[in-house]
Amino acid sequence: MNYHKALKSAAAVLAIAAPLGILAVGNGVAQAQDAVNLRMTIWSANEAHLKLFNEIAAGFKKDHPNVTVTYESLPFDTYTTALTTQIAGGNAPDMAWIFETAAYDFVNSGALYPLTDTLKAAQGYNLDELSATAAERWSKDGTLYAYPFSTSPFAMFVNNDVIKAAGAKTPAELIAAGQWDWDHAIETASAVGQTGKGGLIVRDFNYQIWQNLASIWNGWGASPWSADGKTCTMTEKPMVDALTFIHDAIFKKKAIPGPGENVDFFAGNAAMTITQISRASLLPKDKPFAWDLVPLPRGPAGEYALIGQAGIGVMQAGKNAETAAEFVAYMTNPENSAKLSQFFPSARKSLLNAEVLKKTNPLLSQDQIDKVVISGIATGKVIPGHTGFAQIQQTVRSGLDAVWRPDADIPGTLQKICGQIGPFLKR
Amino acid sequence: MAVAQENVAPEGRASSPFWTVARRDSLAGFLFIAPQLIGIIVFVLIPLGLVFWYSLHEWNVLANTFTYTGAQNYRMLIEDTNLLEVLGATAIFSAGLVVFNLSLALLLAVLLNQKLAGITIFRTLFFSPVVVSLVAWTIVWGFLLQKNGGINGMLQVFGIEGPNWLREETTAMISVIVVQVFKNVGLNMILFLAALQGVPNELYEAARIDGAPRFKQFRRITLPLISPTILLTSIITIVGSLQVFAQIAVLTQGGPGLSTTVLVYYLYQQAFQFHFFGYGSTLSILLFVIVAVLTFAQWQMRKRIVFYES
Repeated sequence: MNYHKALKSAAAVLAIAAPLGILAVGNGVAQAQDAVNLRMTIWSANEAHLKLFNEIAAGFKKDHPNVTVTYESLPFDTYTTALTTQIAGGNAPDMAWIFETAAYDFVNSGALYPLTDTLKAAQGYNLDELSATAAERWSKDGTLYAYPFSTSPFAMFVNNDVIKAAGAKTPAELIAAGQWDWDHAIETASAVGQTGKGGLIVRDFNYQIWQNLASIWNGWGASPWSADGKTCTMTEKPMVDALTFIHDAIFKKKAIPGPGENVDFFAGNAAMTITQISRASLLPKDKPFAWDLVPLPRGPAGEYALIGQAGIGVMQAGKNAETAAEFVAYMTNPENSAKLSQFFPSARKSLLNAEVLKKTNPLLSQDQIDKVVISGIATGKVIPGHTGFAQIQQTVRSGLDAVWRPDADIPGTLQKICGQIGPFLKR
Repeated sequence: MAVAQENVAPEGRASSPFWTVARRDSLAGFLFIAPQLIGIIVFVLIPLGLVFWYSLHEWNVLANTFTYTGAQNYRMLIEDTNLLEVLGATAIFSAGLVVFNLSLALLLAVLLNQKLAGITIFRTLFFSPVVVSLVAWTIVWGFLLQKNGGINGMLQVFGIEGPNWLREETTAMISVIVVQVFKNVGLNMILFLAALQGVPNELYEAARIDGAPRFKQFRRITLPLISPTILLTSIITIVGSLQVFAQIAVLTQGGPGLSTTVLVYYLYQQAFQFHFFGYGSTLSILLFVIVAVLTFAQWQMRKRIVFYES
């Protein structure tokens, strides 16, 4: 009997407590609905970057106490794959960094929330000062779909110690003599390459990321496809000549480390490397070498520059797209853009002056900033990109493997590649 | 049985109790297999059904569209100009892996099936790669196989100029096979070792008395008696070889050209890199059919190759 009594009492307590419990849970849900958690996927895990991003998020929280922003660092190499997998799995982030190569896919697919209205409405934002050329790849029909927060020119870092040890002319000497062109640059790289050190390294190319070779072939006026993106132009003379030049530099002159050879410029093992200026942070502090930063050499088609970009987009699939767009507006307003530009060069005209850039890039000299950064951003072409880029990239990579052999038939291989990517370009 | 008889309803009662011993036993049985059964339903059968469903659709992840396209992805499969090369690479990889893995595993097992002091140290040594993280193992091999990596450095000591292992079609395929074999050969070696130790010693004694040489003993006694293990390891190795992914992703990314693009890597590219989830699912169905057919064929062949089945 006691047992039944206890059971009845427990049931009574539950009957009274349950509605209260439900109420308590209900309140919790109501409060949770007010709180907004925004997530941004990024490909940087750099502590200094994250510290700045968190400061910006904290600044936004002052005016939006219910909004919390977190950053999710995904691996650089597989970033876009990881991002699209999250989207496919119904777990899309609210905001995402987007590579310039994938920009067309994201902008044209309708995956991104339009930003123009929100940015224009933000107080003191001044969207008009964003360079139109920098915004081009991130816009569709006059609407900006992702903000290009990083517009970083490619330049040549130089190790003068290694070059002098090889008895070759340094780029600074070549510039002074008016001889800073690709023939002389490769001559210097070759002299160093013959000593057993690395000559010239196109960073991140690694015989896979072929689009980084635009930092060389743009000097020949070459391009993988036409301006409208519909026709493969890899069989045209500028591309054949440029790739023949690169091939000779690798296999005949030993000026560029060959396939499967790993050489690290920033460890002091190579003469020159082409990379973005933000990589200045990799210069060694313990065993420093005499380094220099110079613009890309002149090619047969004249002087040129190449820029890499990164955009921030708001995912349409996110639950809080409007709030996320407001955060992007805050993160990229003039004040925060100035802070971001210490790592990611801004395409805002007010920040593209030597005074601001000197503050944010203390490692660079005034001359380097003028000739490499400002001129590069102003005149540079963005690295190649296309709708369906991943498939095109993979097909070209696979095809170019036949070029990276000593006995390569370059025109024949390029003809074959054009045949393979032709249908993809027309999509 | 005694307990069962006690539970039989006495004569004259209206109905027997619902929870008979037989029912309790079957419930207990179901509860025991439930975790595995639920796991198979949730993680195998439902995804398998979904993959087939996806293969009938065009799924654009970025545009968030999911359109029924019927057999279009299957037509694409037939028209895919890369597929033949991919299937060829898959066949070469699987055949090379199975032959090399099983022969090396058997050789090691025979060598380690000795009663010598410290033999367990060698057994542990050869088995240890099995428990090493696959990706870490592959990354280290990636460094060793570079043109200016450790292996060519060693060859240079002997005056040999090594090839560019991962950048030439033939050596790239050999490299991924060898890396995979060295990683997993220990598992098959242990299975063979257990099988070898199960072969009765009297049979060898009798053969020795009859004057049979060692190789004949191996061919006529050892091989037939461990044939069930050979069947098991070959099925496991073939199925495993068709699922290899990380080694390719880390070492060659399918190159040079398409020479090491095996089917699993190709479907990963289609689905996750190119965002063709529908076509990627179709390739998964193809892989499933290939694995099922090969396993069925091996199972059918067991009567001809396995001693105890004849």
